[in-house]
Amino acid sequence: MSREVHGGPTDDRQARGEPYRGDPDGGEGAPTEEIQTLPLDGWHRSRGARMVPFAGYQMPVQYEGIIAEHLWTRENAGLFDVSHMGQLLVHGRDVDGALETLLPGELRMLGDMKLRYTLLLDDHGGIIDDLMATRRGPDFYLVVNGATKHGDIAVLERLLPRGVVVDHMKEQALLALQGPRAAEALEKLAPGVGELSFMEGGAFRIAGHPAWISRSGYTGEDGFEISVPAAAAAAVADALLADDAVRPVGLGARDSLRLEAGLPLYGHDLDRDTTPVMAGLTFAIGKRRRAEGGFPGAMRILAEIENGPPQRRVGFDVDGRQPVREGALVLDSEGNEVGRITSGGFSPSLQRPIAMGYVASHLAEPGTGLKLEQRGKLFDARVAAMPFVPHRYHRKGASA
Amino acid sequence: MSLYFTREHEWIRLDGDVATVGISDHAQQALGDIVFAEVPEAGRKLAKGAEAAVVESVKAASDVYAPVAGEVVEGNAAVADDPALINRDPEGEGWFFKLKLDDPGEVEGLMDEASYRDWVKTL
Repeated sequence: MSREVHGGPTDDRQARGEPYRGDPDGGEGAPTEEIQTLPLDGWHRSRGARMVPFAGYQMPVQYEGIIAEHLWTRENAGLFDVSHMGQLLVHGRDVDGALETLLPGELRMLGDMKLRYTLLLDDHGGIIDDLMATRRGPDFYLVVNGATKHGDIAVLERLLPRGVVVDHMKEQALLALQGPRAAEALEKLAPGVGELSFMEGGAFRIAGHPAWISRSGYTGEDGFEISVPAAAAAAVADALLADDAVRPVGLGARDSLRLEAGLPLYGHDLDRDTTPVMAGLTFAIGKRRRAEGGFPGAMRILAEIENGPPQRRVGFDVDGRQPVREGALVLDSEGNEVGRITSGGFSPSLQRPIAMGYVASHLAEPGTGLKLEQRGKLFDARVAAMPFVPHRYHRKGASA
Repeated sequence: MSLYFTREHEWIRLDGDVATVGISDHAQQALGDIVFAEVPEAGRKLAKGAEAAVVESVKAASDVYAPVAGEVVEGNAAVADDPALINRDPEGEGWFFKLKLDDPGEVEGLMDEASYRDWVKTL
């Protein structure tokens, strides 16, 4: 066996003894420095994790196996270490107004302890990063992607007014507990978390340590993201893992879970060449913001909302069993290139290949038959509605 | 019957002038959960180093090359139907194809089992 022919977000080239060098096109701030270790490095290794360099850090790609971890998360609760992500606290005068000059989300009206999914945009409406913003009293807490965090901080510091300060909370680790049994497991250690609704957060104590916990995640399941001091991370992870419902889950399953959930991955499905409208993220642009503009690239983005974008991000059901991955071409019935696959793989839940990519808008209707070309081979595929696997978020009092 | 290995983590079990080819236990571990395998059809002639089969795990796609030249006698339909068989029994039931060798002497240039197992430990 030779020559691995694919590169992906958590690609594993160890069959050739060649370490993966992290996201090759990881966007802003792609790491060139030495690979660093995270607070739970030893914890992962002692639990049998296979570590790979990702976003500049040694990260666990899998423990017992990607498919088993994926299915465990869909049925029980998976514990993820996402401490590579950037946790920022932004504070100062008129912080929400200042952030609204860079992010198109409705932040002024965002309630205390509420999360909002939003986007850091460049002047052309291209996506610099996608992120979660939470109002925490007078401050905003931002969670940004690991591979892009240093670039994001540079952009924020350059463009925010002098009275607004960005603190990079390097001393915080970030865990995610995801799955239908996450609430039951976490409630035992952090009483009261069960009261949170999807996209709400709060300050709690977990196993005796202070934690910021939000009901959010990247799997499509109910679940939580737990920010704790790095020094407490191992104790908190141990306490969570002591529950029979909880097993550790690596980056490999994180990627297959988010793909099934139809959630885009920055550096692959989103980059500076994509706008929020192309990416199907128009929901992240608040109603008032659409009326008022006043965010980077507003002219282009508002025109795309009005007239439609040239391309759209869509899902694909792929015939056969062979995965079609990032980089494959999308062809119309005459063989013209009409798009590109940005994420793809084998769905452990559906037991068949699925993919995500961009196509010309007139071909974006679910059910449209297209061909995919990968390494000279053609695959039949149809545009599919996303998510591939239904979301099961905990929305209190909502009909969802 | 003698067993040989390549530096590309294929194994070759020689019985007369017919070689059974698969990927090593080390290779299946490195790949992780295997979800797709494509094996060559009987009658195909393979030059040494020619692309012979495809194996894909959740995270990676790899080609399997013919470690020696010959004509395919049989592709293993069982691994195409149930690719996880390669994870469960890589050096047994999870074989990929059988090859009638042009020159059975060609295997002499490959690693024997002890050398391969020692070499893998150094990776």
